[in-house]
Amino acid sequence: MKSPLVEITKLSFNRGSRIIFNNVNLDIERGKITAIMGPSGTGKTTLLKLISAQLEPTVGSIMVDGQNIHGLDQEELFEMRKRMGMLFQSGALLTDLDVFDNVAYPLREHTRLDERMIRYLVLIKLHAVGLRGAAQLMPSELSGGMLRRVALARAIVLDPMMILYDEPFSGQDPISMGVLMKLIKTMNDNLGLTSIIVSHDVNEVSAIADYIYIISDGQIMDQGTPAELEETASEWAKQFLKGLPDGPVHFHYPALDYAIDLFEIS
Amino acid sequence: MQHFLRKTVAVFESLGDRSLDSFERLGRSTLFLVRVFKSIPFVFLRPWLLIQQLYSVGVLTIVIVLVAGTFVGMVLGLQGYNILVRFNSESSLGTMVGLTLVRELGPVVTALLFAGRAGSALTAELGLMKTTEQFSALEMMAVDPFKRVIAPRFLAGFLSMPMLAAIFSAVGIYGGYYVGVYLLGVDDGAYWAQMQKSVDFHEDFMNGVWKTVVFGFVATWIALFEGYDSVPTSEGIGRATTQSVVNASLAVLGLNFILTALMLETS
Ligand SMILES: Nc1ncnc2c1ncn2[C@@H]1O[C@H](COP(=O)(O)OP(=O)(O)OP(=O)(O)O)[C@@H](O)[C@H]1O
Ligand SMILES: [Mg+2]
Repeated sequence: MKSPLVEITKLSFNRGSRIIFNNVNLDIERGKITAIMGPSGTGKTTLLKLISAQLEPTVGSIMVDGQNIHGLDQEELFEMRKRMGMLFQSGALLTDLDVFDNVAYPLREHTRLDERMIRYLVLIKLHAVGLRGAAQLMPSELSGGMLRRVALARAIVLDPMMILYDEPFSGQDPISMGVLMKLIKTMNDNLGLTSIIVSHDVNEVSAIADYIYIISDGQIMDQGTPAELEETASEWAKQFLKGLPDGPVHFHYPALDYAIDLFEIS
Repeated sequence: MQHFLRKTVAVFESLGDRSLDSFERLGRSTLFLVRVFKSIPFVFLRPWLLIQQLYSVGVLTIVIVLVAGTFVGMVLGLQGYNILVRFNSESSLGTMVGLTLVRELGPVVTALLFAGRAGSALTAELGLMKTTEQFSALEMMAVDPFKRVIAPRFLAGFLSMPMLAAIFSAVGIYGGYYVGVYLLGVDDGAYWAQMQKSVDFHEDFMNGVWKTVVFGFVATWIALFEGYDSVPTSEGIGRATTQSVVNASLAVLGLNFILTALMLETS
């Protein structure tokens, strides 16, 4: 049994006085697709940022490939990040470069390949996300879904060992959704990547994920393979996965009692 | 009474908060500057980055500087002539225009224009990059935004300012020449001769250059820091841009007084 690629132990994280994570333990297996699901605003993006050391945990440790990622100095961290790809929720393309140059950027920064080779690699990745024809467009000329697909091409262009996907499917039409699912799955299986997917799309995630964590209120509410989750399904997980409005899951951001709030006289 | 007390306490609280905030910002801006300095050697490995920024920071400001310099010089010619003619010394017009531009107006007005044109653009650009997570994306690609984005812009601003001020003074002197010599009939030779005779290289010219160096440094620093430290929302970018221009302009005017006092003291 291989050791997990990411081992999160006793993780706590606060934003001001708000507790985002409270004593969470979580493992990401090598070579698998692990999905992180949970209601909006529970800290899924935050978790990805903690794993990639963009944020520091308040308590606890995160080991990535056997190294405590928050104990690295900048140079070691950058070495580690060259082996990580991240798809940002917003895409986060460089606005002064066109699509081609955005995808070529990591190659130009970190390799000494000649232009012909770079062109070859970039076009392969852009073709994979269906945007080879958009290579000369500027990011401001793309739709939200296209932006995110370019960002995906950029995240995989260095062939990393691990990819963090923040909402890869949101804003995609059914066709590109299907293509992206297949792309994520084949990359993972053929290249031996480890993938972490944050997503709300229960059906898509269940179809490709090997393991699912459902987080809420700073805790792991449920975990397991898609099949296991379908069977065991705690009240909580059932409600979440089926998208029912009533049940133990709260749709509302924590607030005063509704009636008190409405009729409060200040 | 209770209400009044509460209000008073609240006023002091917010005052305290604000001064803590500004000390914290001062600290952060100093750390920011240290990181910029550490990243500057990298720029010499990638001169292309600097050239690009020299273009967008410096070259795009030249037109404004040319226009403003010409008009300021022409006004100096007019005003100077009207004052000097009362003492029958309009032949010293060249001295007056030259000294005013090189010692004061060249550095100061250029710095104000620089803050308004180049500084605000830098702040807005960095603010936008922060809001759209481009800095985070660079860091995730193992690229240091200080080396790649901020240091080249800093150097470009710092290097452009003296050149822009020199251009401002040069066209200003021609503007004064045009009004004084062509329109008002000051003697052509006297305009240049008087100027050459009385503008001292060390005392006047170099003092002006030192001012532009200081102003360029401060205005660029403020512009970049305001952008980097902005609240990552569209509202935050707007506020940072305004603050960048206001703070840089006030800093330039304040520093100008201090520098002038020091220079007169030591001369
Ligand atoms: N920069 C910040 N400062 C303060 N609080 C923040 C900041 N960013 C996020 N938060 C808070 O942290 C919580 C978790 O945010 P996060 O972006 O991780 O949620 P998420 O699970 O990714 O939600 P979504 O599915 O909507 O993307 C949110 O409730 C938000 O209020
Ligand atoms: Mg999110």
